[in-house]
Amino acid sequence: MTALQVIFLITAVGTLGSALMVVITRNLVHAALWLVAALFGVAVIFVQLNAGFLAIAQVVIYIGAIAILMIFAIMLTRRVAQDAGPQTNPNWAWAFLVAAVLFGGLTWLLSAWSGFSTPMPEISSRADPLRQLGQALVSPNAYVLPFEVASVLLVTALIGAIMIAWDRKSG
Amino acid sequence: MGDPVTLIGKWLENLFFGWGLSAGLVSLIMAVVGVVVIASVVLVLDIFLVWVERKIVARFQDRLGPNRLGPFGLVQPIADVIKLLIKEDILPKGADRFVYNLAPILALATVLLLWAVLPLSSTIYGTNLNVGVLYIVAVGAISTLGIIMAGWASNNKYALLGAFRTVAQMVSYEVPMVIAMLVPVILARSMGLKDIVDAQRIWFLFIAPLPALIFLITSIAELGRAPFDLTEAESEIVAGYHIEYTGMKFGLFYAGELLHALTVGGIISTLFLGGWRGPGAETYPILGVFYFFIKAFFLYWVIMWVKYSLPRIRIDHMLNLNWKFLTPLSLAILIVTAILDKILPRSSEAIYALGMLAANVVVGWITLQLLRLNVRSERKRVAEPKPVAQPETSVAAVTSQTSSSSS
Amino acid sequence: MIPISWYLILTAALFCIGLYGVLARKNAVAILMGIELMLNSVNINLVAFWRYLTPEIIAGQAFAVMVFAVSAAEVAVGLALVISIYRRRGTVVADDIDMMRF
Repeated sequence: MTALQVIFLITAVGTLGSALMVVITRNLVHAALWLVAALFGVAVIFVQLNAGFLAIAQVVIYIGAIAILMIFAIMLTRRVAQDAGPQTNPNWAWAFLVAAVLFGGLTWLLSAWSGFSTPMPEISSRADPLRQLGQALVSPNAYVLPFEVASVLLVTALIGAIMIAWDRKSG
Repeated sequence: MGDPVTLIGKWLENLFFGWGLSAGLVSLIMAVVGVVVIASVVLVLDIFLVWVERKIVARFQDRLGPNRLGPFGLVQPIADVIKLLIKEDILPKGADRFVYNLAPILALATVLLLWAVLPLSSTIYGTNLNVGVLYIVAVGAISTLGIIMAGWASNNKYALLGAFRTVAQMVSYEVPMVIAMLVPVILARSMGLKDIVDAQRIWFLFIAPLPALIFLITSIAELGRAPFDLTEAESEIVAGYHIEYTGMKFGLFYAGELLHALTVGGIISTLFLGGWRGPGAETYPILGVFYFFIKAFFLYWVIMWVKYSLPRIRIDHMLNLNWKFLTPLSLAILIVTAILDKILPRSSEAIYALGMLAANVVVGWITLQLLRLNVRSERKRVAEPKPVAQPETSVAAVTSQTSSSSS
Repeated sequence: MIPISWYLILTAALFCIGLYGVLARKNAVAILMGIELMLNSVNINLVAFWRYLTPEIIAGQAFAVMVFAVSAAEVAVGLALVISIYRRRGTVVADDIDMMRF
């Protein structure tokens, strides 16, 4: 058991545990905080995969914006009686069955793939994924077009969200 | 010779190797020692900051400040800490215990995290992340989360309202802050803070003064200090999100806020004022630490100067300032800087610096002209007579009523 | 040392936990949280495949960035819808929002 394996196992258990608490806990604000813990675990996994920029972008975008937006939405749409009753649908047993079967199916299917136990290849320390990513996102024969479309999508979502949530009464 | 910190570090490492520990374990222990040292230094500095704050606010307000305890009142912060420690530790009824206790820890911890990437000198720095600037933004985002947790866990409507307002302000002012932070990144061709300081043969303040000003204003808003301290206005919202916190938990919030102000001073000095650069700092790295802290404390003094001189801004004015003024301005200066960076020759530093400075001055002048036009039309709009109730009839009605009731 | 299988099992588990959250929870915001977990598991998969199979081609990370943008847009619009529904119906329980008009 090398140190990297131990770190990975601790991170994986933490992330999966937090994700489990997100879908099980009754208090919604606690669920949002467990979601923050799960997202942070995902950021740590990105660091282990040598994707430092994505790890920090994950913290900024998911924890710094999306999680806070969810907490605001939960606090603005609360009713006191909601936290008392059951938080799951009556058909939660079927949902659990579907999730378990899907997990088993995915694992079995992936284990049948030839590359299932590829070890991690070494990347040279001269390689700079950050510079490569920056150049790929803006160079015309790489991914500038999806990048621009994503930015247009974000502007559309921004305007759409403001229009949908506009309070007609105050105008 | 000029770098005692690295010498002590190497001596410790050789000691550990002499004891026969493996290389991985030694590097882990050295990392932990480094973290403990820098966290201790920063936290001790935090206690000193309490004294600095109270003395300087006193001088701004033309009085003396604490001068009873110790020479010049230097023992005063220790008395403050003892007072906070012996206060009763309250948990409000109905408050969420775990979240309530976690929030002040998060508020102070996220400030300490920032010191991991600031280069104190050419050889003394926590780590040289190649995404250092983005790391600063990420840690700011986590501190926003801590404030929501504090506001919600107190089970108090005023705390929740204060937390909402604070978070709305912080999230809004992050946008021009991040855009203004991108200008030193363009000028230094790297996001790592060590590389940004290394590229500042001429301080970026003289090449890009407008982004420096925008970053200063938005950082003061991020700190939640006056004039942007609507969120803890005593007369309006009774101390905002940390109403229900007493004793050392409040001490953590308060100390965290002061330390955050010093850290922001450190960040501005790294990005714009050349960090540890100064005469002789390359050959004697220990001088670099000295220069860094002088610049950080100078900027802390500027932030306090702004705080104790300006009145509070109303919340709709604050949001207007952000979205209608700072965001377009920072976007404009970013676009101008990016375009000029491609046009101006990199080889000649003088032309590059003067060109950028001229562009900043031009954009600033255009902004002032636009503001002047806007103020003129605003003044015209405000000066129009608005219909008001006539006072004479109401006074006559009251006098006739009183005369009729008394007769 | 760490074969890719560990990462793939982790992401499969995370995806299935998110799926359970979407199918079994009543509150609309809790359903959105399950969707976020699923999107994050997909992101880890993209980056793991980049790291293990083609570390010299940056496409995996570029598409992870696209997934970030799409998920941010989806959460923004989704939560705006939830708040708008709360204003009109007074509830965000998914079972109670079942009629197109009264």
